[in-house]
Amino acid sequence: MGGIPHDHYEPKTGGEQWLHKRLPIVGLLYDTIMIPTPKNLNWMWIWGIILTFCLALQIVTGIILVMHYTPHVDYAFASVEHIMRNVNGGYMIRYMHANGASLFFVAVYLHIFRGLYYGSYKAPREVTWIIGMLIYLMMMGTAFMGYVLPWGQMSFWGATVITGLFGAIPGIGPDIQTWLLGGPAVDNATLNRFFSLHYLLPFVIAGLVAVHIWAFHTTGNNNPTGVEVRRTSKEEAARDTVPFWPYYVIKDLFALAIILLVFFAVVGFMPNYLGHPDNYIEANPLSTPAHIVPEWYFLPFYAILRAFTADVWVVIAAEWLSFGIIDAKFFGVLAMFGAIAVMALAPWLDTSSVRSGRYRPMFKWWFALLCLDFMVLMWVGAMPAEEPYATISLIASAYWFAYFLVILPLLGVIEKPLPQPATIEDDFNAHYGSKAHPAE
Amino acid sequence: MSHAEDNAGTRRDFLYFATAGAGAVATGAAVWPLINQMNPSADVQALSSIFVDVSAVEVGTQLTVKWLGKPVFIRRRTPEEIEAARATALSDLPDAKGENANKPDADAADQNRTLDEAGEWLVMMGVCTHLGCVPLGDGSGDFGGWFCPCHGSHYDTAGRIRKGPAPRNLPVPVAAFENETTIKLG
Repeated sequence: MGGIPHDHYEPKTGGEQWLHKRLPIVGLLYDTIMIPTPKNLNWMWIWGIILTFCLALQIVTGIILVMHYTPHVDYAFASVEHIMRNVNGGYMIRYMHANGASLFFVAVYLHIFRGLYYGSYKAPREVTWIIGMLIYLMMMGTAFMGYVLPWGQMSFWGATVITGLFGAIPGIGPDIQTWLLGGPAVDNATLNRFFSLHYLLPFVIAGLVAVHIWAFHTTGNNNPTGVEVRRTSKEEAARDTVPFWPYYVIKDLFALAIILLVFFAVVGFMPNYLGHPDNYIEANPLSTPAHIVPEWYFLPFYAILRAFTADVWVVIAAEWLSFGIIDAKFFGVLAMFGAIAVMALAPWLDTSSVRSGRYRPMFKWWFALLCLDFMVLMWVGAMPAEEPYATISLIASAYWFAYFLVILPLLGVIEKPLPQPATIEDDFNAHYGSKAHPAE
Repeated sequence: MSHAEDNAGTRRDFLYFATAGAGAVATGAAVWPLINQMNPSADVQALSSIFVDVSAVEVGTQLTVKWLGKPVFIRRRTPEEIEAARATALSDLPDAKGENANKPDADAADQNRTLDEAGEWLVMMGVCTHLGCVPLGDGSGDFGGWFCPCHGSHYDTAGRIRKGPAPRNLPVPVAAFENETTIKLG
């Protein structure tokens, strides 16, 4: 597998040869785990393993929670309290699952922004990027439906607001919303189907993760220089790379240990810090909480959804140009999904021939501003829908789109990049000296 | 004779298209029940009408009842609220339609929104037309009517959208006075 030349699995014993002729599974695992990996990867390359761990953690704890949970409007809230109070160690399992979702999103955002800075989305890794975006969308759907299951006030009203997004689609919107909910409002039918899909989607994600890994094992990993591994010979490739096992496995496990230290500090001592007290009140269809706030990982896109009100000129223009089909509500929905769509299109919007942000002096600043912009959006998303937050969220939303639709295409034309190292080995030796080859 | 010149089509072409067509129809017929099962089930669909006793509703108070899984506001308005709603020009309203199921083509004038001629009884769905939250009542918001806490939509004393992201006035459901103290919904 993969375009980087390296030693493949050789079945030696009779038993190994017998199996290899019938099912080359050991070879597949060997080639996957021994893949030549650029030797200059920095700490931002640990998030893939962290994410894989999160997926496993969520599936394992989730399967356990299902053993004690009842998906019915009359029992769901009580069954979650039953898990918290009666099930042996149930509170720990549930807190790990709830905070595991937060760790999952911390890791995925760092993973995505790593890719945006080092140009990991650029040719030939566009398919890896697109699959990654699909995984991210599935993660959001899974997290949203999971949050509905405890049937608290935030569960119910979050579900009402988010399914309302589909009702904003002109013409068929209300029918789609009714179809999604299984009735005129969020009710038992909604809870049941969300439970079914919340159980299903993580396994779809696991399948997509395999395709994601397959894709970047075919192209090879990106690295902080953005310079490709040399592939003309096995010897030359070996000077740019180290095998994934043991070098990166050990490094990633070390990073995982440190991250788990922080994770269990949160799970053990402040398990509700990232949650909302309102979700410990059972769902009531007749009373909306004073502030409906989504989970922190949805806030940036929630801010974009709310930013475009009827008095913003682009909304007025869109309404006029579409003969009233696109109103403020539908515009907000389009903007929210569009914010993710422009990110997914980054491989084709970025015109620069230089992959890594390390050698792009102007890009660096715009990227730093994008990171700041993301934090600002997250902050205003949690604030009430009034001034000055409305204006701030509008400016921050505008920058998000400007970065992908204007700045990335223009920078490639006007920016003068810095000289890049000829090879990964050169860059590595310049930093650590030629004696530092880990294989020696 | 080659296929390219055979415009009329051969028996083989016919069988090919007929098989592919039958396959497509069969696939569609098999998939449709899998999609349709998510639509409202028979018990949910069984549209019920409910009768609401409003004898205890004082002037200036609101009764909220659950109907079809959603809240319905029944407000007995004060003379000030009626006056404020009737003094509003139609040109000040983002949504100039009445949104009243009992008067389908009427404009959003206050008289077209209420249940009675005097304008005392206002019955409407308590579901924000933005994304479905329940607006807060009792004179909330900048226009003394209702205010949606989710995304800041302001409704006036006739439940008409005045400010914020919501596109339409709060809809008035099919409703009528059954007798002096009972309102029938649906």
